[in-house]
Amino acid sequence: MSGTFLGMPGGFPANAAVAVQDSQLRYNLRKATHTIRGKRVKAVEELPDWMELRAAGKAIKDHTLRHLDRYLLQMEEAVTRAGGTVHWARDAAEANRIVTDLVKATGEREVVKVKSMATQEIGLNEHLAAEGITAYETDLAELIVQLGEDFPSHFLVPAIHRNRSEIREIFLGKMAEWGRPAPPDLTDDPPALADAARLHLRERFLASKVAVSGGNFMIAETGTLVVLESEGNGRMCLTLPETLISVVGIEKLLPTWRDLEVFLQLLPRSSTAERMNPYTSTWTGSAEGQDFHLVLLDNGRTGVLADEVGRQALRCIRCSACLNVCPVYERTGGHAYGSVYPGPIGAILTPLLRGFDTELDASLPYASSLCGACFDACPVAIDIPEVLVDLRAKVPHGRVERAGMKVAGWVLNNEVRLAKAQRLATRFRKLVPKRLPGPLSAWTDTRDLPDIPEESFRDWWERTRRSERSGRPRNEGGRGVSEER
Amino acid sequence: MDTGAMGAREEILGRIRAAVKGAPDVEIPRDYRTSVTVADPVGLFAERLDDYRAIVHVVPAADVDAKVAELTEGKRMVVPGERAWTRDELAAADGVVTGCAIAIAETGTIVLDTRQGERAQTLLPDYHLCLVRADQIVGGVPDAVARLDPARPLTWISGPSATSDIELNRVEGVHGPRTLEVIIST
Repeated sequence: MSGTFLGMPGGFPANAAVAVQDSQLRYNLRKATHTIRGKRVKAVEELPDWMELRAAGKAIKDHTLRHLDRYLLQMEEAVTRAGGTVHWARDAAEANRIVTDLVKATGEREVVKVKSMATQEIGLNEHLAAEGITAYETDLAELIVQLGEDFPSHFLVPAIHRNRSEIREIFLGKMAEWGRPAPPDLTDDPPALADAARLHLRERFLASKVAVSGGNFMIAETGTLVVLESEGNGRMCLTLPETLISVVGIEKLLPTWRDLEVFLQLLPRSSTAERMNPYTSTWTGSAEGQDFHLVLLDNGRTGVLADEVGRQALRCIRCSACLNVCPVYERTGGHAYGSVYPGPIGAILTPLLRGFDTELDASLPYASSLCGACFDACPVAIDIPEVLVDLRAKVPHGRVERAGMKVAGWVLNNEVRLAKAQRLATRFRKLVPKRLPGPLSAWTDTRDLPDIPEESFRDWWERTRRSERSGRPRNEGGRGVSEER
Repeated sequence: MDTGAMGAREEILGRIRAAVKGAPDVEIPRDYRTSVTVADPVGLFAERLDDYRAIVHVVPAADVDAKVAELTEGKRMVVPGERAWTRDELAAADGVVTGCAIAIAETGTIVLDTRQGERAQTLLPDYHLCLVRADQIVGGVPDAVARLDPARPLTWISGPSATSDIELNRVEGVHGPRTLEVIIST
C-alpha cells in the first residue's frame, strides 16, 4: 500500500477508461453506493433541524479557519496542560520523522494503527517500514487493503471495491503472513469474515505498546481529541497501548466543546447513515496514565487556506457522502483519482493540496459532470462544483486550447460575430468533421459534437417575427417550422 | 522542544496569518435544536437501542438487582471497582457490568466517563451489561454534550461493535463487546 500512488502515471481519463471496463468493480461499487444513498437520506430526513445543523457546521468551520492560528495555540496550551506533548509538522517528511523518532524512543518495532486519512496522505506506513517498524492496520477495511497489497478507494470503506468473496480469498491467502491465520473453513458470510478479523487482531491489541491514530475533531478550548469509529479497533488502539501518537490535520479543529453537538449529529448520519456510530472516544492529554503525543500536520493545508475559493474544502469532515452520491465515482471507483482523497472532494482537495504538477492532478478538476449532487449531500455545504470550475480556470491549458478558447471568446462576446459564425456553420454543416485532426482530437475524442441545425435559432426568430409583422398566421415553436419545410 | 520544531510552529502560524489576512469574520448561527425534548425518553431510548440490536429490559428500580442476578447467573462477570483486573483476565471474562454517565434517547447512545470503570474494563469482555436510570436519559446530543466533562476520557456507545466495511452493510460484532444488554430502571 502506498500513500503516494506512484503506480498511476496517467491522468484521470486514462485511469477511468480502465476502471469502467472492470464489470466486477462497477457491480461492487453500484451495490454499495446505492445501499448507502437511500439510508443516508432517511437518516438526514429524520432530523427536523438538519439544514440548521448544516448551516451551523459550515459557519463553525469557516470561523475556525479564519482564526486558525489562535485556536491552534489554544489547543497546544490545553493539550500540554493536560499532560500531552504537541509537535508541529510543516510537511509529510517532517511528520513522518517526528512519528518515527517517537516510536524509536519507546524501543518498540511494531505499532497498531487506527484508520487515518492523514497518515495515509503522508505515507507513514511506508516510511515506518523503511525504518524497520511494522505498522499494523486494525480497521477491517484497512486490514483488507493492507493484506491485499491494495490501495484504499473510499474514505469510510477503503475496501469498497472488494466484495465478500474477494475478501474471503484475501484473508485465506494472506492473514498467515501477518499473524494468526484465517480459519481454513472460512466462508464469505460477513459475520464470519468479521470474526476472522477479530481473532486475527486480538492478540496484537493486547501485546502492542504503541498506537498511531488520526482524529476526527480537536477541541481548542479543552484540548480534547475525538475519534469516531464502528468496530472497536479504535477503542483498542486508543486505550490499551502505553504510548499514543495522533497525527491530525490542522483544519480538524473546533473552537469549543459545545461545537461537538453539531458535528456528532452531522458526521454519523452523513457517513454511515446511522443515528450514531457504535463508538466515539474522546480524551484530553494523557488519559489513564498514557503517554500522549499530538502531531499537528500542515502538509499543504495553509496553501489551501490561502485560496479564497478553494479554502472551503478545509471544512471537509471526511464523511464520504459526496463519494456515495457521485455518478462519476460510482462508475470509476476511487483508484482512478490517484490520491488518498477520491471522489468529488478529492477532485478539489488533491490539486489544492498538491498543485497541478502531474498530469493526474491537472486532470482532476475535470473528473466531474458538475451535476451538483455532492454539494447537496455535503453536511458542511462545500460548493464542490464552484471550486471545480475555479480550478479548471487555474489549470494550465495547452497552447492550441488557449488559442481556441480565445477565438471562441472573441466570437461569443459579440452578437454580430456570433450570427455570422452560425450562418457560416449552417452553410458548411455537411463538411464539419466528427473528429478533429492532430492535437485537437483530444477534444473531440471525449465529446460528441452536436448536429448543426439547418437554421440557427437566431435566424428562425428573425424570419418568423418578420413574417408575423407582415400578418401571416404561423404555427409557433420549432415543430411548426420544420412542418413547413 | 528543539529549534527545528519551534521553526515549524512559527512557520505554520505565519502561513496561516498570511493566508487569512483580510478574510471576513463569520457569525455562527445556532438555529438548530440546542435542547431536544422527547415525549417518552425511556420508550424512545429503548426503541433506538433495539434498532442497533442491543437487548433492552425496562424494569422498576426495585427489581434491578434481581434482573442483574438473573442475566449474569453462571457468568464470570467483571465488576469494575471491585478489585484490579489484568488485561488477560478481562479478555477471558464472560462480561462486564457497569452503570453510565448519561444516555441519549434520540440516538440510543450510552456515554461512559470512566467513573464506571477503566476504559479497558468495558472494552475487552465480549458482553457488556449496562444499567441506565431513567433520570440519566436526555433527549438529544446537545443535552448530553452540555452535561459531560471533557476532562474525563469519554466512550460513547451506540449498540454493539459493528462494521459496515463489507459491502456497506452493517454487521454486528468485531472488536468491542459483541453483545450489549441494557437494563433501564424506572
